[in-house]
Amino acid sequence: MKADIRVALVGNPNTGKSTLFNALTGLNQKIGNFPGVTVDKKTGYCDLPDGRHAEIIDLPGTYSLYPKSRDESIVFSVLADRKSTHTPDLIVVILDASNLKRNLLLYTQVADLKIPVIVALNMMDLAKSGGITIDIDALAKKLGVQVVPIAARKLEGIDKLKQAITYANKLALQESSIDVSAIAPQLIAQIGEEMQVENPYFALQLAHQHEHLSFLTVTESGRIEELEHIHAFHSQKAQATETIARYNYINDLLYDTVQKAESAEGETWSNRIDRVLTHKIFGFIIFFGILMFIFQAIFAWSAYPMELIEDLFVWVEGLIHNYLPAGPLTNLLSDGVLAGLSGVMVFIPQIAILFAFISILEDTGYMARVTFMMDKLMRKVGLNGKSVVPLIGGFACAVPSIMSTRTIENWKDRMITIMVTPLVTCSARLPIYTLLIALVVPNKNVWWIFNWQGLALTAMYVLSLISAVIVAFAMKLILKGRERGYFIMELPVYRMPRWNNVLLTMYDRSKAFVVQAGKVIIAVSIILWVLASYGPGNRFEKIDQKFSKPEYTKTVAPADLKRMIASEKLEASYAGVLGHAMEPAIRPLGFDWKIGIALITSFAAREVFVGTMATIYSVDGDADKIESVKEKMANAKNPNTGKPVFTLAVAFSLMMFYAFAMQCASTVAVVYRETKDWRWPAAQFAYMTVLAYVISLITFQLLK
Amino acid sequence: MRLSQLKVGSKGIVKEFTDLEMSIKLMEMGCLPGEEVKVERIAPMGDPIAINVAGYQLSLRMREASTIILL
Repeated sequence: MKADIRVALVGNPNTGKSTLFNALTGLNQKIGNFPGVTVDKKTGYCDLPDGRHAEIIDLPGTYSLYPKSRDESIVFSVLADRKSTHTPDLIVVILDASNLKRNLLLYTQVADLKIPVIVALNMMDLAKSGGITIDIDALAKKLGVQVVPIAARKLEGIDKLKQAITYANKLALQESSIDVSAIAPQLIAQIGEEMQVENPYFALQLAHQHEHLSFLTVTESGRIEELEHIHAFHSQKAQATETIARYNYINDLLYDTVQKAESAEGETWSNRIDRVLTHKIFGFIIFFGILMFIFQAIFAWSAYPMELIEDLFVWVEGLIHNYLPAGPLTNLLSDGVLAGLSGVMVFIPQIAILFAFISILEDTGYMARVTFMMDKLMRKVGLNGKSVVPLIGGFACAVPSIMSTRTIENWKDRMITIMVTPLVTCSARLPIYTLLIALVVPNKNVWWIFNWQGLALTAMYVLSLISAVIVAFAMKLILKGRERGYFIMELPVYRMPRWNNVLLTMYDRSKAFVVQAGKVIIAVSIILWVLASYGPGNRFEKIDQKFSKPEYTKTVAPADLKRMIASEKLEASYAGVLGHAMEPAIRPLGFDWKIGIALITSFAAREVFVGTMATIYSVDGDADKIESVKEKMANAKNPNTGKPVFTLAVAFSLMMFYAFAMQCASTVAVVYRETKDWRWPAAQFAYMTVLAYVISLITFQLLK
Repeated sequence: MRLSQLKVGSKGIVKEFTDLEMSIKLMEMGCLPGEEVKVERIAPMGDPIAINVAGYQLSLRMREASTIILL
């Protein structure tokens, strides 16, 4: 869609900026990227009353134009880059009426850039109930801009705001706030002269932020650096001076426009909730209760839709086989592309449910409290209070959990969280563990309630958390943090979740996952399909010839014959060849070539392991037939020694391998998407594979 | 007296900061010299703390609170 006017939304965090964005654009929005940075660019379209289309850009919430995190650094560079395709024509600054003083700091900075601006005054209801009265007309007159009172959650004032956008002045007519030039007169003058920057505040911001601005050339940036030295410019001191000057201006501004009733300070209900939810003992009990509930819900609620998605793909596959001519192209479509696609789609329910809970926890303000409670504990191992949620979500699936690490502002903490989250036992490992444990661990009780098999499974879960903590601690020592760790964070008042926002988040995250991770998964699935369906030379024809002889067709039932052919073909395929080729490398772990094939085929997704085992041991590759896979595997004998293949040592070695190895293309893809740098998923893949190999080796050699 | 030494429930008024970088962040969040601060609660493990300043709740680590000097 072509936009007639480009509008940027700017505001503090927790002011209802996203709610306003959703109210203006509805479902008509998309997540893209700002060129060259790892920050999501949320844009949407909105029809204006005069028939024009406005493109709305939702910029990350920030308290000031001076960035404290990577997300925040995008705000000034978008507003300042006059030549780029996303330069806004108009800025809508959203202010929280119940906390006007702090919110106005950002407004005065933005206004001084002299881009046309409108103020959307949100949460008037909250301000009113807090005894705050605002003279909106007087405020608008003093600022020299339109001030539109809105209640974004109740969708009040949105039409008025659209009107204000429509009739907004093309010139920046707002009043200047402070005398910017006084902060560094010579420097501002010289930058203005040499770079043809008329606006003094723009020149000052260039001096502060030139290192991070992609639209400046290296020479320009170098020259600004030189000028800073000549004029003895101290960035932090100048920022402090500016901030104090701005607050003086704001105090004057608010003196006769905002009245606060001096009410006796009673305990707010938000405070009362906090007493319970962040209580020394109850706080943790409630938190773990909520986690257990989410964990259960992700399993329980997703089971049915996941089945439905799988059935849908089976149905489509059936259609393809029925209506398309048989041949390699049809097979590629059904067994390669569709199988890969269903592998992606099947995660949607879990992603949607996890993100529904995360957005509810964030919306209500509870997430900030969890962070508050867990920060000290997590910091000891190199993580952050905000790492708790992704780590716990990792029990369901690493993919949405890694997406949820965006709430971690500190770069190093976020990277460590991303790197260790895939170690947590995800739901895809569960079928492998249950199969292998059932194979080698006796189903007997110890004491009264504990079952050996249950204990083994619990041990695998506990081990995964311990390994995540240990790896996090190691990375804390290795990685160098460029940003200083802050924990200065607003604890927003408790609120009801916005249900349409919850739905939008579910939709957004699922869509982003399907589109971005989907491409990689489909590519990998196609490659794996080719490896498993073709073999070198004419080996496949020979197998077909062999099984078309009467001694097979007469004596063996057609279904069994089909499986025997499939099993022999797999051994003869490129995947089989690879399995044999890698056998020397994996023999110390106790694995034979058949397990080698399963390792290769389950590279894209761990759950493929059971299916591959089923094919190799000639049984239906059906998840319901786990019992029969188990029997076949239990009966499998080593042809040389005649002893069972799956001993306790082999099974545990294999479980350790799956516990540590990065056998998940979706995770690799999402780590790339979140870090925008192939080196992160590569490093993660490498360290996890090495860890998997070494720990499997130790396990096998000890138990053998 | 530093903010980190204040007991839960007691108030103080911000006088100055000992760390320039931290002071900018704190001032941007509305925690300015002359503002009244009240310690609302301390996290279960003794760190961070939650304070009330400029009409809202702010959480910060003890190390950060110790850079705020009270009147």
